[in-house]
Amino acid sequence: MSAEELKQLKPGQGPHEPEKATLEGKNKFLGFWFFLGGETVLFASLFGTYLALKNSNLDGPSTQELFGLELVFIMTMILLTSSLTSVYAMYHMKNYDFKKMMIWLGITVLLGLSFLSLEVYEFYEYVMHDGHTFTSSAFGSAFYTLVGTHGAHVIFGLCWITSLMIRNAKRGLNLYNAPKFYVASLYWHFIDVVWVFIFTVVYLMGKVG
Amino acid sequence: MSTATVQKRGFGATLWDYLTTVDHKKIAILYLVAGGFFFLLGGLEALIIRIQLIKPDNEFISAGLYNQMFTMHGTTMIFLAAMPLIFTLMNIALPLQIGARDVAFPFLNSLGFWLFAFGGVLLNLSWFFGGAPDAGWTAYAPLSVQSPGHGMDFYVMGLQISGAGTLIGGINFLVTIVNMRAPGMTYMRMPMFTWASFVTSILILFAFPALTVGLILMMFDRMFGANFFDPTMGGNVIIWEHLFWIFGHPEVYILILPVFGLFSDVISTFSKKRLFGYSAMVFATVLIGFLGFMVWAHHMFTTGLGAVANSIFAVATMAIAVPTGIKIFNWLFTMWGGNIRMTVPMLWAVGFIPSFTIGGFGGVMLAVAAADYQYHDTYFVVGHFHYVIVGGVVFGIFAGITYWWPLLFGKVLNEKLGKIAFWPFFIGFHMTFFIQHILGLMGMPRRYWKFQPNESLDIGNLVSTIGAFLMAIGTIVFIINIIYTALKEEKCGTDPWDGRTLEWTVPSPPPFYNFKQIPLVRGLDALWVEKVQGNGEMTPAEPLGDIHMPNNTFIPFMISLGLFIAGIGFIYQVDNKQWLIVGIAGLLITFISMFVRSMKDDLGYHVHKEDLEKGAGSK
Amino acid sequence: MEKYAGSTSYEFQKEKNKQDMKFQLVTFACMIVFTLISFGLVIAEFNPMFTIPIILLLACVQVGFQLYYFMHMSHKGHSLPSVFLYSGIFVAFITILAMVTIVWW
Repeated sequence: MSAEELKQLKPGQGPHEPEKATLEGKNKFLGFWFFLGGETVLFASLFGTYLALKNSNLDGPSTQELFGLELVFIMTMILLTSSLTSVYAMYHMKNYDFKKMMIWLGITVLLGLSFLSLEVYEFYEYVMHDGHTFTSSAFGSAFYTLVGTHGAHVIFGLCWITSLMIRNAKRGLNLYNAPKFYVASLYWHFIDVVWVFIFTVVYLMGKVG
Repeated sequence: MSTATVQKRGFGATLWDYLTTVDHKKIAILYLVAGGFFFLLGGLEALIIRIQLIKPDNEFISAGLYNQMFTMHGTTMIFLAAMPLIFTLMNIALPLQIGARDVAFPFLNSLGFWLFAFGGVLLNLSWFFGGAPDAGWTAYAPLSVQSPGHGMDFYVMGLQISGAGTLIGGINFLVTIVNMRAPGMTYMRMPMFTWASFVTSILILFAFPALTVGLILMMFDRMFGANFFDPTMGGNVIIWEHLFWIFGHPEVYILILPVFGLFSDVISTFSKKRLFGYSAMVFATVLIGFLGFMVWAHHMFTTGLGAVANSIFAVATMAIAVPTGIKIFNWLFTMWGGNIRMTVPMLWAVGFIPSFTIGGFGGVMLAVAAADYQYHDTYFVVGHFHYVIVGGVVFGIFAGITYWWPLLFGKVLNEKLGKIAFWPFFIGFHMTFFIQHILGLMGMPRRYWKFQPNESLDIGNLVSTIGAFLMAIGTIVFIINIIYTALKEEKCGTDPWDGRTLEWTVPSPPPFYNFKQIPLVRGLDALWVEKVQGNGEMTPAEPLGDIHMPNNTFIPFMISLGLFIAGIGFIYQVDNKQWLIVGIAGLLITFISMFVRSMKDDLGYHVHKEDLEKGAGSK
Repeated sequence: MEKYAGSTSYEFQKEKNKQDMKFQLVTFACMIVFTLISFGLVIAEFNPMFTIPIILLLACVQVGFQLYYFMHMSHKGHSLPSVFLYSGIFVAFITILAMVTIVWW
């Protein structure tokens, strides 16, 4: 069971759906989906708090004055694309094409990094030029907590995928690490799901008023 | 590791074994010890509260200390006593009841325990560092945000860490039940305790994130200058109330549902009958879990949500009485015509039914939003929730620990001492809390440090305090029973209660791999099916073969220790920013431990077939 | 592990994965289009009573695409993940509903 899991698999040498071929894999798969169900409530609580406090901007800029759509549009496109690239990575994983999987994961990480740097730039602009800080009003606190929690998820996802790539760079794909890659990609998609609601509810609806 | 011989080991080796264990039975013992300790601590706090209220205008403790005392009593009992003791029961019985060798994620099981333990220690450290939390276990803002000192900071960090542990435990049990059931163990053949644990774990999964967010917001407000709950900065204190109760109401079902399941098993076993209305019981459990998410605002009727919201939540709350009633009647019908053995677990079960029903009556009364304006924040509420939590959860924990003690330690707790423990506790419980309903109706508010003479409250409070001491006596007898049993009682062997479910097919205590061969389940009450058909033991579902077991690991301890250190750092950076270094160092310990975990393959080891035949692991 | 090598079932799965991938590209194109429509509606400054429901709907559909195609929830063996995700969405929904309706008065 255990030693066999570590055998490197080449195309055509493993079962369909390597992520669910072992009991450990099945457990990881299911447990992670359950975790995502819990994450849904976590983000809902943050969204709810944000929606309750989004007009509490006091003297600071309102959502309409604050948000610009260009940057958010670029960030959205980057993150959506990174979701597609991680789909490609999983596609190659299912075909046991380790090298291509690593390439697509690498692209995903790069896109995630560029998303993150744009977010840092955005926050920097708000704090430096717009007087919109974490402590300036309840709106500020709620905004940075919601978007920042998403950003923290992006950071964690990047660290996770990167360390998986480093750890398994030499030994290739096997039934022990396939579930790990799969679950990490689920996490990455979920980050994208949350962002879809952030750009709609926070930025677009904030712009509409 | 996989050697056949288990020798007597020294204290150090045993300690190291428990620090690194991933075995669900040993983790159950850890939960029992830690939860039992916090239960005694919370009980001590309760006694101090009752001594303060023994007579009018008492000066036993100061007002500030009194606030800390009732806050810590509530917080400790809910998060650090009831939750872990429930987890004790789940850990010991759940994998065995479904015919599994361990939980789905043994590593996470251990991590969940250590997170809980370090969170609990962190919370209680506050006593020694300038005072405990003092804004009530509900920690309503703005009181909790403005509370001076670090007490509430300890509350926030301690609960955050232990809450993470609970969430991890919940997911673990869910996956265990879905993926690890023995062949033939369909969902509708699972023992009620397993079913109840399943629904409970779902509630944990969806309720705890709301608490996590609430605590994050409060942490930001108190320690990092955010303004969520500061009306002068545009904040809103009601957000905390909602988040707390979106978590808090499911939380009380998280506590009571496993106990419902446990009592179903106990009553069925000791009535020698299959559970009356099994499928109705399953349905009622699921329905209670579902409704549990739609009633939280009944804690906030007087907040001013408006008539429409109050009405909706009132009706939803009353609806919960229906599935609960189904359960009460099914227990009674299970006993009806049964061959009843009044063992100690059964005694607690029989005591539970009327006690919990009284608590339920109080609940329906409180659900009437208009009347709630009268009851709110009086001793009526205190009486109500103690009736359901003590009369339900604590009775259940006593019953469950007694029932499954053989699986933990291989001995049956002394029956005579068990009964001597029951009666003072039972009588004391009713004395303490029934009178509190009446005190509440007479207008005595909860959480008040003193009451005045000549307000007809004297005698009621005196009775209540005497009752509390009777409960303490019952608890002490229970502890004496544990010591007596450890010293004097004989080993009990397999199946001491003439059980019906799979946990009684393994020796007491079970070997570390639980089942030499995974059993084949052929019906509800799997063991009973075999007994009735004259086999007396389970048919194996697999040939004897190598058993794969997980390795012990110290990493969960380190991850939790890191968060503990980080918690202290973040609490004290409010005074001095240099403490941030401690906070970051703690987080580094946690993340490095996680990194090590993901870098190092943990493949486990095998217990070999030959060793199994020689009887490896059986103690 | 030899049993999988060069088998027809492997070729079949590979073909099937390819088909899936095509679907996912179409999904991605839809998501991009939806995003463009959402941003376009906001930039064009239509009536908010019109814009807000539409962009919320588009977000939900887009998330559905993510879940069902990118995260494979349309595949077999996802019944429990769906149940739990929808339970989470249910709790999420009432949480947000409460926060936007009964927090201020």
